[in-house]
Amino acid sequence: MADAYIYDHVRTPRGRGKNTGSLHEITPISLLTQVLQALRDRNEMDAGLVDDVVSGVVSPVGEQGSVIARTAALMADYPEHVPGFQVDRFCASGLVAVNLAAAKVMSGQAELTVGGGVESMSRVPMGSDGGAWMTDPSVAKKLNFVPQGIGADLIATLHGFSREDVDSFAVESQRRAKKAWDDGRFKNSIVPVKDILGMTVLDHDEFMRPETTMQSLAALKPSFAEQGEMYGFTSVALMRYPEVERINHVHHAGNSSGIVDGAAAVLVGSKSIGKKLNLKPRARIRAFADIGSEPTIMLTGPSYAAEKALKRAGMTAKDIDLWEINEAFASVVLLFMEMLNIDHKDLNVNGGAIAMGHPLGATGAMILGTALDELERTGKGTALVTLCIGGGMGTATIIERVN
Amino acid sequence: MTKTIKFDLDGDIAVLTIDLPGKSMNVITEEMMQDLETLIGKVIGDSAIKGAVITSGKPAFVAGADLSMMSAMSAMAKTAPIEETFKFVLILSNLLRRMETSGKPFAAAINGLAMGGGLEICLACHYRVVADDPKIQLGLPEVKVGLLPGAGGTQRLPRLMGVQAALPYLLQGRSMSPQEAAGFGVVHKVVAKDALLAEAKRWVREEGNAVQPWDQKNFKFPGGSGAMNVKVVQTFMAGEAMLRKETKDNYPAPQAIMNAVYEGHQVPMDAALRIECRYFTTLILRPESTNMIRTLFLNKQSADKLVRRPKNVAKAEIKKLGVLGAGMMGAGIAYVSAMAGMEVALLDMTQEAASKGKAYSVGLLEKDVRRGKLSREKADAALNRITPTTDYAQLAGCDLIIEAVFEDAKIKADVTAKTEAVMPKSAIFASNTSTLPITELAKASKRPAQFIGIHFFSPVEKMPLVEIIMGKKTGEEALARALDYVAQIRKTPIVVNDSRGFYTSRCFGTYPSEAIAMLKEGINPALIENAGVMAGMPVGPFAVADEVSIELMYKVMKATRAAVGDKYQEQPADSVAVDFVEKFGRLGKKAKKGFYEYPEDGKKYLWPELAKHFPRADNQPTVEEVKKRLLYRQAVEVARCYEEGVLTAPEDADIGAIFGWGFAPYTGGPLSMIDTVGVAAFVKETERMARAYGARYRSPKLLRDMAKEGRTFYAG
Repeated sequence: MADAYIYDHVRTPRGRGKNTGSLHEITPISLLTQVLQALRDRNEMDAGLVDDVVSGVVSPVGEQGSVIARTAALMADYPEHVPGFQVDRFCASGLVAVNLAAAKVMSGQAELTVGGGVESMSRVPMGSDGGAWMTDPSVAKKLNFVPQGIGADLIATLHGFSREDVDSFAVESQRRAKKAWDDGRFKNSIVPVKDILGMTVLDHDEFMRPETTMQSLAALKPSFAEQGEMYGFTSVALMRYPEVERINHVHHAGNSSGIVDGAAAVLVGSKSIGKKLNLKPRARIRAFADIGSEPTIMLTGPSYAAEKALKRAGMTAKDIDLWEINEAFASVVLLFMEMLNIDHKDLNVNGGAIAMGHPLGATGAMILGTALDELERTGKGTALVTLCIGGGMGTATIIERVN
Repeated sequence: MTKTIKFDLDGDIAVLTIDLPGKSMNVITEEMMQDLETLIGKVIGDSAIKGAVITSGKPAFVAGADLSMMSAMSAMAKTAPIEETFKFVLILSNLLRRMETSGKPFAAAINGLAMGGGLEICLACHYRVVADDPKIQLGLPEVKVGLLPGAGGTQRLPRLMGVQAALPYLLQGRSMSPQEAAGFGVVHKVVAKDALLAEAKRWVREEGNAVQPWDQKNFKFPGGSGAMNVKVVQTFMAGEAMLRKETKDNYPAPQAIMNAVYEGHQVPMDAALRIECRYFTTLILRPESTNMIRTLFLNKQSADKLVRRPKNVAKAEIKKLGVLGAGMMGAGIAYVSAMAGMEVALLDMTQEAASKGKAYSVGLLEKDVRRGKLSREKADAALNRITPTTDYAQLAGCDLIIEAVFEDAKIKADVTAKTEAVMPKSAIFASNTSTLPITELAKASKRPAQFIGIHFFSPVEKMPLVEIIMGKKTGEEALARALDYVAQIRKTPIVVNDSRGFYTSRCFGTYPSEAIAMLKEGINPALIENAGVMAGMPVGPFAVADEVSIELMYKVMKATRAAVGDKYQEQPADSVAVDFVEKFGRLGKKAKKGFYEYPEDGKKYLWPELAKHFPRADNQPTVEEVKKRLLYRQAVEVARCYEEGVLTAPEDADIGAIFGWGFAPYTGGPLSMIDTVGVAAFVKETERMARAYGARYRSPKLLRDMAKEGRTFYAG
């Protein structure tokens, strides 16, 4: 099997996912187009060599519909023979897109691919694509559907994470993100978003609240308590977890991932295409894995996905220098650290989605790039990137820096 | 000609008057469906007829499908090929669809109550006019018997009202008044009763648009439709979760209704009706509907009609009632009896206590007057019928005396003697004891044949059941009078024979007891509590234990031990009750300390120290096993009561369990549940449970014999 290498990574800054957010006036097609252009231009590469463009997108409807990857490639002036397709595995879509791009290379069916993702949550709100899982009563019943925030609270309840535990994690995420920005740790990958005049609309992650403290978080009301009680979701969750007397609702807007807009792209290729393009590989993709986990609690997938990927790579958790997990909810990360016995100092060292936001379809590709930049900055060797996923899944990818 | 529907012609307008011979109420029977088919065919086929009006020859329009026909249909469905069952289910639906697409206008003149299939006939008519009488109820209550409206109700109602507005009427079987129906667009017009038929005919003659809204090209679903409509989608999402919160997946009918509305509302009517009928077919293939119809309706109706009353005793009204003891129970008995028109002498040791008992009625009546449920005159009249007193002489002239004094045999003997000294010789003396054997109490009576148990449940005004207990010497006259009394206060009676705890207290007690046994085994109390509710019990077993009070369980246990001596069989829960009362001082909810903690400013929660006193076992059972333990333990005890002759009819067992202590209603009661599980399978399973958890699970010989002989409690 051929090796797949990461040659480059770019991402947009993340704009607040509201109609007052900086990126709200930029269409999702434009966000994805801009990262595809940046990837080509800064590598001075012949985009005609790209065999496929894969884009994660979680609400592929409206202006994010109709295979946005192909549309964006054309809009970015990639030659018309460059095809594209979209993938949706909820929150891991961006990482799965990179994995599929890599898989094409590994299987020898492609030499050069782009994997990435996009989500304009301010323009195409979460849930716009519907889905039998929650709307069809017979399906919701069989799968015990509850909104994922209740799953996050259930994780906290079952594993004894207190409100203080999740809030302190959130404060630390904010602190680390601020420091990372201040130290310029993201500058290598950030592509400022431009308007049609070429003027910059956004050049930094605008969701961050570095002033966050335990006290300011303490003032926030739990987000899922009322929803859970009023609409019966708590009862449904307890029917699946009858060993729980009541759910401790600890999550709120301040310790959950932010709703934002953004896009990212990763250039993947074989060893030989690098030589042909005169590009240096930055990392090798060692292994990746996807798993399904219990769908009601929904968010326990990462540790199982990580274990599966580690096994595939012939590695153990001890062989990983750097961990990057999407901060969908604080309890998800705390559980992951507990399951794999990971020290917080080795995980999400530059903050995460609680501070900077989670543009659903793009996040996987974004945090993969964040991990790669950090490996290079610190000279470390291996990183594992993972995300929890709606419907009870997990995806993990292991990369290894190459000189 | 048609027997159940009259056919008349008024010029070129046909009038179909539904009027089932020999019945006070129109119901849908097979014959009636055939007649309807004949006449609709005639209207459609006869070119001289312009259109038709459908109405009723009785005060009500149509009360719905004949429940015995539904039971027969369920029985048939169990053996018939699924295609045939489906075809049968479709008959009425197809007929109504044929009517509404015939091109001829049909109008419903709704002169009275239209429920279930009755309302569905109306909904398929192109025009619906209803008499202006707020007492008229229009509704689709099929869900209450474990079914769904199978003749288009789940499809036409949402197309008239909108999904969100229609769901509660379909899922809860709520009914609406004519004015409400007009507001929702379910009927077109409300007119005076005497103008009803004329208005229906006028519409056929003058307007007569014979195309339903949903068959028109530009039809817009009220409130929107489809799986991409945010509002509609939210209705289904939250609706489904709330539904499961209520049903715990024990009731297939509301779930089927949800599914039928979701799938059906997105497609044209013909496909929608097929979807509806498929779901209907799934329901009649399940046991819940048969079990619920049997116990909650057919057998309950028989009980209400006093099926157990000795026929040779003449009926006699209770005009004056004596109540001894004006505590919680006595006060409640006085209230319901006064409301039923009886004179009540409410007696207690002090005038203050007696008056306090009457004040209970004042409170309840004032509330009803405030809420406009009761007129001031009626409230005052009821109140005037209650005389609080300390004077036994006031008991003169009573037809029935019910004692509800302290649960102490000596005190009861004392009041029995004092009462019998003054009450008429013909009067019946009843004890409202919940546990003390009637035969023993009757020893204090000079006339044990006239001594009987009338066991009420608390709160009396809310609980629908009364358990009548026959002592060894209780006579038929006493039974007949007690039953007549229960009918007067409009409650449902069961009749049982004497034993410690009789039937309901004894069997109900196994529910919290078994939960306590499990706690002792190291099973997670949250799991036990959730399992109780998931099994279909109204509240978890620890919450129930706290409500009835651990102290009471403790006292009953002590009393039983004292009474039966060496024969007492130690129960696993006994030591826990002792610890809670003697060691922990946790007596129950009233004391704000029991299995739960009751904080002043929040929801109750399980006592955290339970984990310390009952260390958690490493291996926890599945919730299914815990549910099974809670239900089967009760059912075994019920079967024992039947074997011992405490119960003499399975109907009493099932009605008593559901209406007395809230045994999972979807089962149709514990004996229906055993039938559904299969007697042999139940015996086998309880053998396994007896080996695993203790001999208390062993099925009695009666069940083992039934299993061997292939007998069941109910036929079909």
